[in-house]
Amino acid sequence: MELIRPGFRVDFIGYRKYAYILSGILIAISLASLFFIRGLNYGIDFAGGLELQVAFKDSVETGDVRNAMRTVGLEQAAIQSVSGGEANEFLIRMHQIEEDPTKSISTVAENALFQAFGKEKVDIRRAEVVGAAVSKDLKTKGLLSILYACIGLLVYIWIRFELSYSVGAIAALVHDVIITMGLFSLLQKEMSLTIIAALLTIVGYSLNDTIVIFDRIRENIKKQTGSFDLASLMSDSISQTLSRTVLTALTVFLVALCLFLLGGNVIHDFAFAMLVGLVVGTYSSMYIASPIVLLFSRVKK
Amino acid sequence: MDKFKIKGILILVVLVVALFLAIPSFLGKTELPKGWIGPKSKLRLGLDLQGGIHMVLKVDSIKAVENRLNTLAGDLKPHMIENRIRYSKVSYEAPDKIVVGLRSSDEYDALARLMADSYPDLVETDKKDSGDTTQVTYQMKPVEMKNIREQSVEQALETIRNRIDQFGVNEPSIIPQADEKIVLQLPGITDPERAKRLIGRTAVLEFKLVDEEHSVDDAVQGKVPEGSYIAYMRDTRQPILLKEATVLTGGMLNDAQGRISPSDNMPYVALSFNPDGARVFERVTSENVGRRLAIVLDGKVNSAPVIRDAISGGKAIIEGRFTDDEARDLALVLRSGALPAPVDIIEERTVGPSLGEDSIRKGVFASLIGALLVIVFMVVYYKGSGIIANIALVANIVILVAIMSLFHAVLTLPGIAGIGLTIGMAVDANILVFERIREEIRLGRTAKMALEAGYKNAFWTIVDANVTTLIAAVVLFQFGTGPIKGFAVTLSVGILTTLFTTLVVSKWIQEWVVDSLKVEQISI
Repeated sequence: MELIRPGFRVDFIGYRKYAYILSGILIAISLASLFFIRGLNYGIDFAGGLELQVAFKDSVETGDVRNAMRTVGLEQAAIQSVSGGEANEFLIRMHQIEEDPTKSISTVAENALFQAFGKEKVDIRRAEVVGAAVSKDLKTKGLLSILYACIGLLVYIWIRFELSYSVGAIAALVHDVIITMGLFSLLQKEMSLTIIAALLTIVGYSLNDTIVIFDRIRENIKKQTGSFDLASLMSDSISQTLSRTVLTALTVFLVALCLFLLGGNVIHDFAFAMLVGLVVGTYSSMYIASPIVLLFSRVKK
Repeated sequence: MDKFKIKGILILVVLVVALFLAIPSFLGKTELPKGWIGPKSKLRLGLDLQGGIHMVLKVDSIKAVENRLNTLAGDLKPHMIENRIRYSKVSYEAPDKIVVGLRSSDEYDALARLMADSYPDLVETDKKDSGDTTQVTYQMKPVEMKNIREQSVEQALETIRNRIDQFGVNEPSIIPQADEKIVLQLPGITDPERAKRLIGRTAVLEFKLVDEEHSVDDAVQGKVPEGSYIAYMRDTRQPILLKEATVLTGGMLNDAQGRISPSDNMPYVALSFNPDGARVFERVTSENVGRRLAIVLDGKVNSAPVIRDAISGGKAIIEGRFTDDEARDLALVLRSGALPAPVDIIEERTVGPSLGEDSIRKGVFASLIGALLVIVFMVVYYKGSGIIANIALVANIVILVAIMSLFHAVLTLPGIAGIGLTIGMAVDANILVFERIREEIRLGRTAKMALEAGYKNAFWTIVDANVTTLIAAVVLFQFGTGPIKGFAVTLSVGILTTLFTTLVVSKWIQEWVVDSLKVEQISI
């Protein structure tokens, strides 16, 4: 079976202006959303606060939970039922808790629930409390980790290829991270440690595609004897590896889709980031990375 | 034997060993068959999968400095009287000073000598004369302060370790970190509240005499007599006037046990002092018959019984309205010693056992379905070669689980997702090779040549592509906390096993098919 016939050629580099425009628009929207409009919806890992996941044995309404929280002065807590969870399962969240070392906020909240509904009827499935200092620390470390990964990869590609390739690969990678984060900001999906992990994995996978293409470009350049048109050679190379690019994207996409649909609510957002990253990453390795290498090769000359 | 055969045998050995290592983990909760001679260690499940508490504690070590300075200030008073130095005040001033007020400036020299001889850790930083009196400020030396803070963290670590050991947790992990932090992981805890109370309790036990010569009401009005202070009862919150001097502390305990009184079924804590403590206790009780002795726990007065008789033998009891568990836990924390400084829980993540089981079920199910789709896809798309890729894929997962079991790596929920993604990504290497082989076949090469060229041309591409993911995974491992670390581990190990199963295992099988079965056309 063959999805893409041999000899099938797309003038990828020829379309680069459209790709620049499309990516430019996506990045502009992402940055605008990230910095001016909505910002990121930080989860408790990065914002600090309390998060409880509670399942009740009996049928319970959101209002009942809110009333219970009110009794201990936690009326600002956001309460929502867990999607894809069991019936009567709720998520109770509160940001910016006042830090009081003498009593644990999760204990206070849990006791309020025990009082209101009876201890044996309440199943505390998950309780997380992150202090302000810790969350600030995690935020810095999270951003730094993406930066360090980029630097590490830049160096590796520089060693294995040339600087211009390195720049192209990193440009594609930053492109992917910005657009994925932009979508998270637009949809107000929660940023957590797990999402940072997904972003870093996307960084790795997106580069994977890019490198396969770069490898083919390098190989084709070696075959040339006289003068040649780099742009057209790049399009050839991307077309030759197109079948593999699509197939691999497909297999990883299949798994990520299964995790997204069936993996439960903890993995759900992680898989969502993977899906978005895969699509953006596959696109950028074909339409962004190589044109930028071309741009830099010309600048060098 | 030729090289090819030796390679085949080596691959087989690796696979068999891996299978042996992986079987206990694959069986999960199912028991190993009787007479199993292979290894028994399983993948360790992370806290997010088996339930438990992850906590980061911060030792409030400045409080240890404060305690030390308060003690020094307490010692200094009698010392000054002994040396005929008259003072108007000796008090602690936050964060690291003691202020001494002298009634007569003439006695400054004597004070300076006393301080230099007996309190080398304090340095004079300020001296104010006003008329006939003088006020001197002493500061703790930074070196000593650092010492106390470091020691308090070490001691806190020791005490907490003690408490957890006595509480009985399977495979707890207690790791000190920079900035006076302690990371605690307690798997399989069923009552997180109780564990938190046990760990966070300072548990400073003090015995102090009740000041019965003065009125509490006057003191509450603001006339606190010299040498006494107002404390509050734990249950009624009534004020009570206590002498500042501590006659005995929890540091002199030998043992503490939660018991139940046979007469009224009330739980209580039975204390027994060490020989020094017993002597002090006997002296204090014999000198103060008829007076009240307060039992102060973490600054609050638990009870203040009247001393009826001198008590010898070093036994005492603490009564209160305890539940059974409370009495037992109090005994436990007293036994394991007081924390040198309070600890704050700055991060806490508790996962109940029910959620963990749910997560495993859903995570494994989703990964399995994903793997199945990939397997079907490979066979449909690459036919015979697809089957070989799938054999390599299964071998990949077995080796991955084997390595993780061998190194006692922790499997977390994101880790399960990582295995799923490894499955999706592992076939990428095969796809790269197969697409190459197809190209070579189209160029008219024979099966054997196409195979060789396919693997050779794809080799460096595969290595490069995987090293980049490995770099990202290593960074992730450095940065991540528990569950994320687990993901980084599965991802990294998965990349290494992928390289082996594709570049070695599936290559060998394909060569074997072409060479030994004399297949002239590769099914691809």
